[in-house]
Amino acid sequence: VGSLICVGGCSAGLEITHLFGRLGQKGLCSCSLLHGIITRERILLLLDPDSFDEYDMFVEHRCSDFGMDSDKNKYPGDSVVTGRGRINGRLAYVFSQDFTVFGGSLSGAHAQKICKIMDQAAMVGAPVIGLNDSGGARIQEGVESLAGYADIFLDTSYLFITGPDVVKSVTNEDVTQEQLGGAKTHTAVSGVAHRAFENDIDALLNLREFFNYLPLSNRDPAPVCECHDPSNRLVPELETVVPIESTKAYDMLDIIYSIVDEREFFEIMPFYARNIVVGFARMNGRTVGIVGNQPKVASGCLDINSSVKGARFVRFCDAFNIPLITFVDVPGFLPGTAQEYGGIIRHGAKLLFAFAEATVPKITIITRKAYGGAYDVMSSKHLRGDANYAWPTAEVAVMGAKGAVQIIFRGKQTDAEAEYVDKFANPFPAAMRGFVDDIIQPSTTRMRICHDLDVLASKAQSNPWKKHANIPL
Amino acid sequence: MAAMALCRAAAGGKRPAGRALLALLKCEMLCSRRCLVTSRQLYSVVHDPDEKTFEKLLIANRGEIACRVIKTCKKMGIKTVAIHSDVDANAVHVKMADEAVCVGPAPTSKSYLNMDAIMEVIKKTRAQAVHPGYGFLSENKEFARRLASEGVTFIGPDTCAIQAMGDKIESKLLAKKAKVNTIPGFDGVVKDADEAVRIAREIGYPVMIKASAGGGGKGMRIAWDDEETREGFRFSSQEAASSFGDDRLLIEKFIDNPRHIEIQVLADKHGNALWLNERECSIQRRNQKVVEEAPSTFLDPETRRAMGEQAVALAKAVKYSSAGTVEFLVDSSKNFYFLEMNTRLQVEHPVTECITGLDLVQEMIRVAKGYPLRHKQADIPISGWAVECRVYAEDPYKSFGLPSIGRLSQYQEPLHLPSVRVDSGIQQGSDISIYYDPMISKLITYGSNRAEALKRMEEALDNYVIRGVTHNISLLREVIIHPRFVQGDISTKFLPEVYPDGFKGHKLTDLERRELLATAASLYVAEQLRSQRFLGTPRIPIAKSQRNTWELSVHLEDGVYPVAVSKNGSSFSVEVDGIKLNVTSEWNLASPLLSVTIDGTQRTIQRLSRNATGNTSIQFLGTVYKLQILTKVAAELSKYMPEKAAEDTSSILRSPMPGAVVAVSVKPGDTVSEGQEICVIEAMKMQNSMIAAKTGKVKAVHCKAGDTVGEGDLLVELE
Repeated sequence: VGSLICVGGCSAGLEITHLFGRLGQKGLCSCSLLHGIITRERILLLLDPDSFDEYDMFVEHRCSDFGMDSDKNKYPGDSVVTGRGRINGRLAYVFSQDFTVFGGSLSGAHAQKICKIMDQAAMVGAPVIGLNDSGGARIQEGVESLAGYADIFLDTSYLFITGPDVVKSVTNEDVTQEQLGGAKTHTAVSGVAHRAFENDIDALLNLREFFNYLPLSNRDPAPVCECHDPSNRLVPELETVVPIESTKAYDMLDIIYSIVDEREFFEIMPFYARNIVVGFARMNGRTVGIVGNQPKVASGCLDINSSVKGARFVRFCDAFNIPLITFVDVPGFLPGTAQEYGGIIRHGAKLLFAFAEATVPKITIITRKAYGGAYDVMSSKHLRGDANYAWPTAEVAVMGAKGAVQIIFRGKQTDAEAEYVDKFANPFPAAMRGFVDDIIQPSTTRMRICHDLDVLASKAQSNPWKKHANIPL
Repeated sequence: MAAMALCRAAAGGKRPAGRALLALLKCEMLCSRRCLVTSRQLYSVVHDPDEKTFEKLLIANRGEIACRVIKTCKKMGIKTVAIHSDVDANAVHVKMADEAVCVGPAPTSKSYLNMDAIMEVIKKTRAQAVHPGYGFLSENKEFARRLASEGVTFIGPDTCAIQAMGDKIESKLLAKKAKVNTIPGFDGVVKDADEAVRIAREIGYPVMIKASAGGGGKGMRIAWDDEETREGFRFSSQEAASSFGDDRLLIEKFIDNPRHIEIQVLADKHGNALWLNERECSIQRRNQKVVEEAPSTFLDPETRRAMGEQAVALAKAVKYSSAGTVEFLVDSSKNFYFLEMNTRLQVEHPVTECITGLDLVQEMIRVAKGYPLRHKQADIPISGWAVECRVYAEDPYKSFGLPSIGRLSQYQEPLHLPSVRVDSGIQQGSDISIYYDPMISKLITYGSNRAEALKRMEEALDNYVIRGVTHNISLLREVIIHPRFVQGDISTKFLPEVYPDGFKGHKLTDLERRELLATAASLYVAEQLRSQRFLGTPRIPIAKSQRNTWELSVHLEDGVYPVAVSKNGSSFSVEVDGIKLNVTSEWNLASPLLSVTIDGTQRTIQRLSRNATGNTSIQFLGTVYKLQILTKVAAELSKYMPEKAAEDTSSILRSPMPGAVVAVSVKPGDTVSEGQEICVIEAMKMQNSMIAAKTGKVKAVHCKAGDTVGEGDLLVELE
């Protein structure tokens, strides 16, 4: 099955591209009566039991050419199921395209049905979740709420603008569907998809879990769930997580898991630009967005892909009132011609812009390196950070001691490296200038963040009026 | 927080103070960490403050034993110096000691066995004495000699005793001379089969026959009668001549179903020696002890006294001072035979401390300082019963334990329970690395009798939180509840006999399975209910679910079970296999330990993981079970999901454990036959030969000698 999805028309942040897998093929082959069932079953899995109210079940397409008006080509509801329901009691509008009806293709009626629930959702201030399974779909912009992130099934789903045959005829490249637009490609190489799942059930159940992190619209605050994890819990293992040698890697996820509520972290794009970690978690029940440099991958440096990944996530959080917590261990921007020619300055500026523009509560913890321009970018005090902390292992400096000394004493033999380390490889110079608000014991990090979030819950900050911000795209 | 205030003060003050204050801050952090390291003491804390002792002592070891020694030193008012390798710089023993010095890089030969570096530290820190712990340099006579020449006291016996007992043959001769029972046997040239039979009859059947030159159990034959002796003679003498070019044969009494029972002795420099009763250490795997206890269920007072007196006789014969252990093999008729003497503190010493009330480390230090023993033999009691489990970072499902490594993401010792002692040298956040012994801790429980001690051990194991590394709690728990163990019917062959096909975890009874299913389903529902509870008043009201029953489908092991849950106040009524169970708990979903009451039975379970798709792993009765909980609807639909293709394990070779690649014997393009060695992985003192699972051509080699590999890393692919 060559399911082909055009994502060109989707508004940013609104695509749940839910492609069809072998399930659909099976359904098609075994029984034509399956019409609509698969699609509705998906909705059943996504929504709370008995909560689905379907719209436009009697709508039929109005095409009369090529025998389409014969009875066997008429399906009540056409190729999409729409309606509203509840996820853990919270309202959501849903449409689910039906691949078993004309390949889920978009007819006038189909589009009308989707537009209807979108308009309603926009008026109510509730999200729309689209389960895409279609030869082509265009979704109009204008819904202020979000639906979530693109997800693709491993091995069974493909996503591309032009298929392998077209690619071959135009560029003479030999490529398989999987290589061109499979789950692995889009989650690890292109960054088009944000998560890949094993199958429908895995995807839909994860979507339910993900939905609980998000507000219903940009008018609502991030939800606060009941939490059993004490907000003043000390985290002693953080005292030893940063290795003594400052060149040695460690896993930023260890820090994130141990700080957030119940070690639950919903990571976004876990396989793309792995030198930055982004995702959702809760602190004392309140949803937060987490951004962290990952020292385990490319020393946690910022490059084009990680800057763009981070920027997109930061803007998402800011759009939906989700506080940002940033863990910094960044040796700088990745140097080299590939990065410069690729426009690292332009792309790095996206992350800088996103953090600077964000008005949600911003808490930053410098765990180790915070060097140079990358330090500024990572939600620093200079970008209106609300609470900026440093661990005793933090080094806030223009660059590493070795490089700095080479530049200062160009060509001369010197032992100034030790002096540089002594002066800058610690958090004090930054703390004395107020660039960090406090130097904290790592084990108290969770407690400090939770307290700050309580205080910052009423934070109100606005940017000067403009039609829209002008992020360097 | 005091340090925080100081920091702020410094920040406002003068500049150069910065670095010094950072050090102060770090020091403060260390102090607070130190407070985490506590453990209930189950030995005497009697210490005479007027008795002069060493001022400073260096511990030439790491891990739990270093911490153990430091604890006693603190009690005695002795300053301590820790040594450590670079990777151990953050280790608990380093934080506990008053001073710590790095003696080299991670490999033990360059750090903890690096005598030059250690001698240097002793000089620099002016330590007056050295406690070697166990392993490393504890039985190294060269080290003892070098210390003596520097005038530093070695906390242990003198060099002669170490030397005498360090040599297997010499120690046996000495034991014979001291009238200690040794395994009767003959070592020499045997003329013919008739002579072999004569010797065997003299020794008494069964006997073991092998070539003298063959090491270990190689080529060993057991003979139960004359006929088998003749056969054994023919085979072994042939092998002796052909394989070793050495005609000598060893004919020795074969100890059937032996128990490993050892006597703790304590001797001073004034000719006094005591026996502190026995320890039963028969539960072993690959000759390493796993569970130990004191006293032994097997010994009667006479045998105990006979063994104790012989042990003391041996100690006196070699002018032994300090604590030592005389190991015996005991056969089913309570005949005991000397095995060897360990001239150091044993790993399992805590069980002896529990039943005698003595602090062995303290006694060792006193003796080394030259004081006479404070006790008489009659003062040594057996009060109560103590059991020790060695908790290892290893996978018990692989040959009763292959090492695992990792970071202890969560770690909580069961010290809230009564009569539990945990000797450990790690804490939350510690790394278990490939460089050292994978022991996490020694878990000791004590009771007025064996049943009580074992019951407490069961609880302690259930309440022990270890996350981030694979551990052997499941094996330990199965051993201590096994009917044979409970009856005391054990031998050194216990594990292979009880688990001939390898250890596979706890086998659930029908009732236990229902309990587990009901608990898992209740947890799932509790979690689902909680995810509907939001705080605050939302703009769009939340639709409260009126649902009171949940129809679930739970996948456990090879079965799928329909489970119906209905909420009943704070408890759940769960129907499994047509039987209703009542499950009550506080349902604190953040706590690593969950106390659940199922139809009146209290269980402590641990939920190790969960995800959105209903997959969860639960530690129940010590064993980790993987379950998948889905609603009935989701379970029915999951039948239509594409099956994930299983990896063809015969054509790829993955590392079964973390370790270092010692050798790779193939290259791409080679043809290998099934069973041929492909590479060798070394992990924690063990070399493991990796073999081809099928005949084929090597497609790719992903490792080379010297590489460090993790568990599950791809090593070699076949076509």
